Amino acid sequence: MGNKNTVLKVKNLALSFSTAEGSVLAVRDVSFSLYEGETLAIVGESGSGKTAACRTIMRLLKQNASIEDGEILFEGKDIVKLSEGEMRDIRGNKISMVFQDPMTSLDPTMRIGKQIEEALRLHRKISRQAAKARMLELLQLVGIDDPKRRCRQYPHEFSGGQRQRIVIAIVLACDAKILIADEPTTALDVTMQAQIIDLFKDLQEKIKTSIIFITHDLGVVANVADRVAVMYAGKIIEIGTADEIFYDPRHPYTWGLLNSMPTLDTDTPLLYNIEGSPPSPGNLPQGDAFAPRNPYALEVDELYEPPLFQISDTHYAATWLLDPRAPRIEFPENLEQRRTAYFERFGLDVGL
Amino acid sequence: MNKWIAFITKRLFYMVLTLFLITTLTFFLMNLLPGTPYQNQAKLSPTEIQVLNEKYGLGQPLGQRYVTYMGNILHGDFGISLQFSDQKVTTLIGSRIGPSLQLGIQAMIFGTFVGIILGSIAAVRHNTWIDTFCSTFAIVGRSVPNFVVAVVLQFVFAVSLRMLPIGLWDGSFKYTILPTLALSLSPMADASRFIRTEMIEVLGSDHIEFARAKGMSELRLVFTHGLRNALIPLVVVIGPMTVSLMTGSLVIENIFAVPGIGEQFTKSILTNDYSTIMAVTVLFSFLLVFVLFLMDILYQLIDPRVRIGGMK
Repeated sequence: MGNKNTVLKVKNLALSFSTAEGSVLAVRDVSFSLYEGETLAIVGESGSGKTAACRTIMRLLKQNASIEDGEILFEGKDIVKLSEGEMRDIRGNKISMVFQDPMTSLDPTMRIGKQIEEALRLHRKISRQAAKARMLELLQLVGIDDPKRRCRQYPHEFSGGQRQRIVIAIVLACDAKILIADEPTTALDVTMQAQIIDLFKDLQEKIKTSIIFITHDLGVVANVADRVAVMYAGKIIEIGTADEIFYDPRHPYTWGLLNSMPTLDTDTPLLYNIEGSPPSPGNLPQGDAFAPRNPYALEVDELYEPPLFQISDTHYAATWLLDPRAPRIEFPENLEQRRTAYFERFGLDVGL
Repeated sequence: MNKWIAFITKRLFYMVLTLFLITTLTFFLMNLLPGTPYQNQAKLSPTEIQVLNEKYGLGQPLGQRYVTYMGNILHGDFGISLQFSDQKVTTLIGSRIGPSLQLGIQAMIFGTFVGIILGSIAAVRHNTWIDTFCSTFAIVGRSVPNFVVAVVLQFVFAVSLRMLPIGLWDGSFKYTILPTLALSLSPMADASRFIRTEMIEVLGSDHIEFARAKGMSELRLVFTHGLRNALIPLVVVIGPMTVSLMTGSLVIENIFAVPGIGEQFTKSILTNDYSTIMAVTVLFSFLLVFVLFLMDILYQLIDPRVRIGGMK
């Protein structure tokens, strides 16, 4: 992974929202790189800052949000500093975004063909005919049958899964270098989810785009991601390859997340859940934000935030447990049991 | 296509039914009004009244008159005015409806057009001083009676600046400007408030955010996807507004000395001019029902979600 070209580099990003109770930090010191052709999954609970971080990359922020610190390097430029006009050239052209709910992502009053052509014509100087030809091709590509007829229909004439396909056709229109998918399968039923994920994988192979896949569904992550970043309370607390995160997680929060994934392989009668709820960004505890919910919390956790400790070239985690002075903690037993079963189920090579 | 025919046939049937009911109700209610069409009835001898009743068909019992009247309007005969003897009601209305229609339509087009722009601007810049300005304008436009505005307009443009005629009507455009402006204030205020609310909602919706993510400029966003969606509900309120404007405003027509229908209608009620009251009522109802019908069809055309199946 290390020798791949970096297409996007986010450095020390901090984002705040001004609310009635004052300014709160929603994203704190987030850094990551996105490599060419890879899928990076960003995982976290609602409010962990994953969507806010990605919207910052698109600079699609609400009026009350402001970037406090950091840079987002893309094609040698810092996105944070670009003008709105320069940003428009990037949006939908070089970086595209798919939203969560396909039912509401399309303009209900416009034929879908026109909505795809519109995306094309915003960034490419092409004739109407050429745009139409490309539009039909895109519909074919995302698996809409009979595109000649269907491009004249309106969004309400399509199912949720089909609409998400159309949305994907729109974001693919300009061959974006980066595709940000904000929970693109959350609003769909399970069979549709599988189909859309397959479509993403297919398309990535065909067009070699890099994908940032935001989700809270670890099952989806296991399916699509090359690398995974886990976010908690506005910070990336663990980042690594998918294998590292699934089979050698180091942060107690990641343990908790994996533990709360339902599988058929364990005999635990109850689904595990992480006690408590995430802190509100306006009222973060001193020290590690996860400490109050962390059964493995050390005293130091309540005083100082842990830095990202390096575990391998690709794997980092922010927990004091990785400090050489920390006591050794056994890997949670039922997670061990689960992950063994997980390997068997998916037949993946452990190799760690 | 068949569904369209069925839809239109059904609507036409209801239109006719509505008109019939309105006509019937008005006919009987009107005859409940105190007084008779005759001024100074006390001075007329019974014979004179009998002759006049004969002439205007007022002598028969009410039920009989109703049947005769309904039969006549089916043939397009609305009778003769009781106020201006020997003048056919259709001629009377025909000479009066033109100015009212023209003023109404001009005011409607100008008012809604400006209202849509103001409302859109207010929505885009909402919670700023621009929004406050537009909203204040809308509230003032809604609450200040149009006759006050009319007088102010007359004072500024006709008396002080001497740019435009203060009143009267010769059919040329410059005579229509001030009354149109005075009349357009209320549709302007309504449209602007309405579009502002709709637009704020639409601009917050996911598909607008998605269009923004496509790289579309704010201005383009507002005037393509924004307006497209915000205008749909406006169509529903615009219909009745248009009719009330087209049918003339008594006050504005009086202030500007416009020979319109609004003034005529009021006079006909005060003088118990039965045939004119009836004819104007039928005309107004017809316009209202017809415009609502048009709006329904328009709604089908602009909102694909409610479109009747089979239309391609």
